[in-house]
Amino acid sequence: MKKIRLMEVCGTHTMAIAKAGIKKLLPSGIELVSGPGCPVCVTAQGDIDRAIEISRFDNVIMTTFGDMMRVPGTKESLDDMRGKGHDVRLVYSCRDALNIARYNTGKKVVFMGVGFETTSPTVAATVIEAEKKGIRNFFVLSDFKLIFPALEIMAKSEKPAIDGFICPGHVSVITGSMPYEKIAAKYGKPCVIAGFETADILKSIIRLTDLIKRREYSVVTEYKRAVKRSGNRKAQKILNSVFEKSDTTWRGLGMIGKSGLRLKNEYRRFDAGGEFRVKIPRTKRRIACICGDILKGAKSPVECKLFGKACTPRKPVGPCMVSSEGTCAACYKYEK
Amino acid sequence: MGERITLAHGNGGKLMHELVDRLRIKFSNKILDEMSDAAELCVQKSKIAFSTDSYVVKPLFFPGGDIGKLAVFGTVNDISMKGARPLFISLSLIIEEGLGISLLDRIMTSVREASRRARVQVVTGDIKVVERASADKIFINTSGIGLIINTKRRIGSKAEKGDLIVINGKIAEHGMAVINAREKLGFISGIKSDCTNLNVQAERCIKASKRISVMRDLTRGGLATALCEIASFSNLGIELYEKNIPIKGNVRRMCDMLGFDPLYVANEGKFVCFVDKKDASKVKRGMGKSAAIIGEVVSSHKKEVYLKTVIDAGRILQMPVYDQLPRIC
Repeated sequence: MKKIRLMEVCGTHTMAIAKAGIKKLLPSGIELVSGPGCPVCVTAQGDIDRAIEISRFDNVIMTTFGDMMRVPGTKESLDDMRGKGHDVRLVYSCRDALNIARYNTGKKVVFMGVGFETTSPTVAATVIEAEKKGIRNFFVLSDFKLIFPALEIMAKSEKPAIDGFICPGHVSVITGSMPYEKIAAKYGKPCVIAGFETADILKSIIRLTDLIKRREYSVVTEYKRAVKRSGNRKAQKILNSVFEKSDTTWRGLGMIGKSGLRLKNEYRRFDAGGEFRVKIPRTKRRIACICGDILKGAKSPVECKLFGKACTPRKPVGPCMVSSEGTCAACYKYEK
Repeated sequence: MGERITLAHGNGGKLMHELVDRLRIKFSNKILDEMSDAAELCVQKSKIAFSTDSYVVKPLFFPGGDIGKLAVFGTVNDISMKGARPLFISLSLIIEEGLGISLLDRIMTSVREASRRARVQVVTGDIKVVERASADKIFINTSGIGLIINTKRRIGSKAEKGDLIVINGKIAEHGMAVINAREKLGFISGIKSDCTNLNVQAERCIKASKRISVMRDLTRGGLATALCEIASFSNLGIELYEKNIPIKGNVRRMCDMLGFDPLYVANEGKFVCFVDKKDASKVKRGMGKSAAIIGEVVSSHKKEVYLKTVIDAGRILQMPVYDQLPRIC
């Protein structure tokens, strides 16, 4: 019998699957591989380098989410910059960064924003708030990504060939289930939108294998308590009023057209990229780290020579080991 | 540039253990090498437990407690876990220039109330004031001594094969209450710190059974870290049943939202007893109505904690390295 290969796109699913030990209970005919849905992991090394360079400015307070702090750029991480005395702060939301700007008018406060459709609308709302309140020392470094262009690449991919997708619950709350329909129909890959409880994930796996067996290339929402077909229209509207699609580089996947977000013209003055002209050292790929292949689901962490040896949560080489949603971190923490 | 101290050296995880070990070797002796929260001393035929701890918490006041209460109960609990009745504590304050006297008064009132409740006396103390920004408002150190209650089996750091593990209540409340208050996350959850004295409950356990091998309060690093330490020190394995571990629904949900594993979140009023199978239910009764039997000491999985998840799959609980950080989406 042919093996069924399912991809869980979202990093939070990767963690939940590892935490509950789901892989150990699955029959040998079903394989789960992790996808490119961890926002920290897919952030390109060059984008981290750019944030690091900006944090070197004397009058800058650099802010970002917790996990971004420890991801190594070409040479250093933002955490290293903090250790060297630069003002780098961890925030829980973009609004925290805006508040820092309000209380530090003599400084330029930069928020390094990563994440998918779940995170970016809240940042858009914060930019609108900054505009309304006339806060001029607040800037956003937009490293946001859109999940659907990456999902399409995964659907097209031959290596590994994916039979069906366990789709991210949180992203779908915003986007709705509609955008998956095109991918499911065009590439013949059923999609099930899953919640994050163990039972949610198990139910989704059953549903997905059932769809695959019956060759039904449709989209099913198992996470019905949160996801509508049309999604959260208000959040979509806010997002689209502040950001527009742009080409961007993903770690592991390379440049993907129209898969990122940049500030629209009317909000361009909040763009940290425009405010700070920095030279980014040319990104060199770390030779032995296979985070790129892991993000594509082509390889598993244990196939990496560095895994658990040179690369551990304590001294991470690649981002998949740093992020709490990273495939390597999940594997190290729960499955090793 | 040489290696430096990072915050992870103080979080109860792997790096802190390495640091503690590095220092311990310098002073190595039989009492210290036992590595328990309180030292067991023999002074003119009396058996005494002696412990010290420093308290830094932000914010100073949080739902369910404050730094004063923590400073008394923390030391009281460390002594109690040694099977001792805490009697006297010291109180040392390092105060940052500029702290409001009324705030200090509030903290001291809390110290007084906590020591009354735990039936200990503050018998000596010290005050130092440092320049602004040389400390964060106030740091407190307390040390304490207590008399070890006579038992057949010495309560130490080593568990025995076949011991059952009993916990006195729901986990992860202190850590989540503090993070909610500190980061102003605005969860209207009613989550309060579980900060309390454990000496009364601990004494009840000791009276209920003479077959307790280890008692341990679960502080920073949470349940998982404490169990990892015990498994490693005992050279045995621990099997833990996820479905038996008590946790409040709102605490679990807040952990889920932030991407935290509640097994690694701090407690300030929880402890585990490792006790012979025969006496487990007696000890459980002594630990109050929320107590639960959550696991067993086994000879497999040497030096590891093996968690049986709710769906009956298994995974190893690792000693943590870094503090948990909130996830992004």
